[in-house]
Amino acid sequence: MSDIAARGAPRLLARDPARKPLWLAAAVIGALLVAALPLVASEYWLDAIVAPFLILSLAGLGLNLLTGYAGQLSLGSGAFMMVGAYAFFAFALRAPELPAPLALIAAGLISGATGLLFGLPASRIKGFYLIVSTLATQFFFGWLFLKFPWFYDGASSGTIALPHALSLFGVDLGGARGRYYVVLVVVAALTALAVNLVRGQTGRNWMAVRDMDTAAAVVGVPTGKARLQAFAVSSFILGVAGVLWAFAYLGSASVQSFDLTRSYQILFIIIIGGLGTIRGAYFGAAFVSLLPLALDWLSQRLFAGHVDAGLLQNFQKAIFGVLIVWFLIREPEGLARLLQRLVDALGARFFHPRS
Amino acid sequence: MSAFLETLIGGLLAGTMYSLVAIGFVLIYKASGVFNYAQGSLLLFAALTFATLTDQGAPFIVALAVTIAALVVVAVAIERLLLRPLANRSPMTLFMATLGLSYIVEGTAQGVMGSQIRALDIGLEDRPIFLGDILISQFDLVAAGVAVVLVGALSLMFDRTRIGISLRAVADDTRAALSIGVDINHIWRIVWAVAGLVGLVAGLLWGSRQGVQFSLSLVVLKALPVLIIGGFTSIIGSIVGGLIVGAAEALAETYLGPLLGGGITPWFAYVLALIFLFIRPAGLFGERQIERV
Repeated sequence: MSDIAARGAPRLLARDPARKPLWLAAAVIGALLVAALPLVASEYWLDAIVAPFLILSLAGLGLNLLTGYAGQLSLGSGAFMMVGAYAFFAFALRAPELPAPLALIAAGLISGATGLLFGLPASRIKGFYLIVSTLATQFFFGWLFLKFPWFYDGASSGTIALPHALSLFGVDLGGARGRYYVVLVVVAALTALAVNLVRGQTGRNWMAVRDMDTAAAVVGVPTGKARLQAFAVSSFILGVAGVLWAFAYLGSASVQSFDLTRSYQILFIIIIGGLGTIRGAYFGAAFVSLLPLALDWLSQRLFAGHVDAGLLQNFQKAIFGVLIVWFLIREPEGLARLLQRLVDALGARFFHPRS
Repeated sequence: MSAFLETLIGGLLAGTMYSLVAIGFVLIYKASGVFNYAQGSLLLFAALTFATLTDQGAPFIVALAVTIAALVVVAVAIERLLLRPLANRSPMTLFMATLGLSYIVEGTAQGVMGSQIRALDIGLEDRPIFLGDILISQFDLVAAGVAVVLVGALSLMFDRTRIGISLRAVADDTRAALSIGVDINHIWRIVWAVAGLVGLVAGLLWGSRQGVQFSLSLVVLKALPVLIIGGFTSIIGSIVGGLIVGAAEALAETYLGPLLGGGITPWFAYVLALIFLFIRPAGLFGERQIERV
């Protein structure tokens, strides 16, 4: 992980204070734009493209804290999302008096506790041994939630769906706009939390563990604690993302909604977007949600829909693989770095023109 | 008692199939330090190529030769396009690259050769035979024999040939090997090709049992606990690990399964591996890692 490490943190510190107003203005304009999006975008866009993009960004953010910042590779993101979704379902079904926002947080906490439990081996092992520990989560929960009808309330299809349309923070989740705002608020709040964590002592400990844990331990960083923290926080965020994915996007979910493919997808989001950056999760999620649409559109235009759907899917898979390898070779900091370079180049051109 | 023995022996034999997949991993890990997540995809690619060729009416030998040639080409391409640009990068980056590689191989192979399930007949019948009053799958017996032969051939290669010795030199100390003139890129090409061949053998065996289809690439997930238990760096370890996992899985499903509602095979091996990790992180036959600051 050391090769992506060195560059991320110092840049954060050395940010030019003179550029701050520019960033602030951009952030305010961006916030206004996303808040006003439902006025211009159709319900289809909000429901089928914007909402999943935001939720995947959140999931990517969760994994990025663990993998990009703390250097602990995980293939169990899908499982932690699954735990969150099933926990929320259990609350909605068996404790309907619990307000939905609290149930959302509680579901996240349960997922976080699960992450803590399955992260315990990380205190003794590291690197790709962790793959096994996190894959164990994936298979164990896939089995658990299918095996015992209690978890899916005995539905014959084995899927979970909320008994009645939900309202969260007083917003009705029945409509696309309501869902959009709920997702937006949750994603924004957790992003703020993540930014604060990684800029503080916690984040510094994580990065120290990632860059060289032996050295970190020697200088007194509590490496074991830092790893477990990363697992807990990451799984909390993933759990919340799972709740949103199941009930604010899909409507009804099953174990298959959170299988190993989902875990891969979220890992791809952070590789393409940028390991060890907050905004990378957004860029990666945008890319991962838009690429299939773009390929679909392209094949419609070029071959007028004569391409077999299975072939297209395989083609898409290969393209993802090529992109992953390309990004790892050429730009381990992903789209976040590429865009940064673009912005810097444009900034240099327009704000500091050479004489 | 005979039911217990039957479960145990069946499990042990099934475990050798896991070992076959794990050996491919160990070869690559030893020579290049890469945790090759794409081993399952290479296995699928090999079996799919072979099945497609025999479907087109190619005789066994021709299909085998063409498949082996294809595996060598793939190994050369991987070395040139993936390993060389990523030299000296962290093990985790390399792992993620092989995850990407598995998507490339699966997507391309299935896109070109189709993703429907294919029957693969290599002239092995899955007929059970009786040993006393214990029922044994003949197929598993053959698979176990193949695994033994393969391990024998590989250890001969490691001990007796020039390539094998340079390979061990690279695994032992890459820098020292380079300084005495071992061509490391050549070693990588050979190792990836050999791992592909091991994948082909495993793919033909697995494929003729359950058909050649996408799920074949998922045997990679079966091999991971085997590696953890046996150790990443030992071929003997992957055999022993495979036997342990196979036997434990079979016994657990028979005796523990009913208590837990059954169907515990997918995760049991992982839990077992986790227990091993706590007790012996380097695996039974693995080398302990020493880290310097």
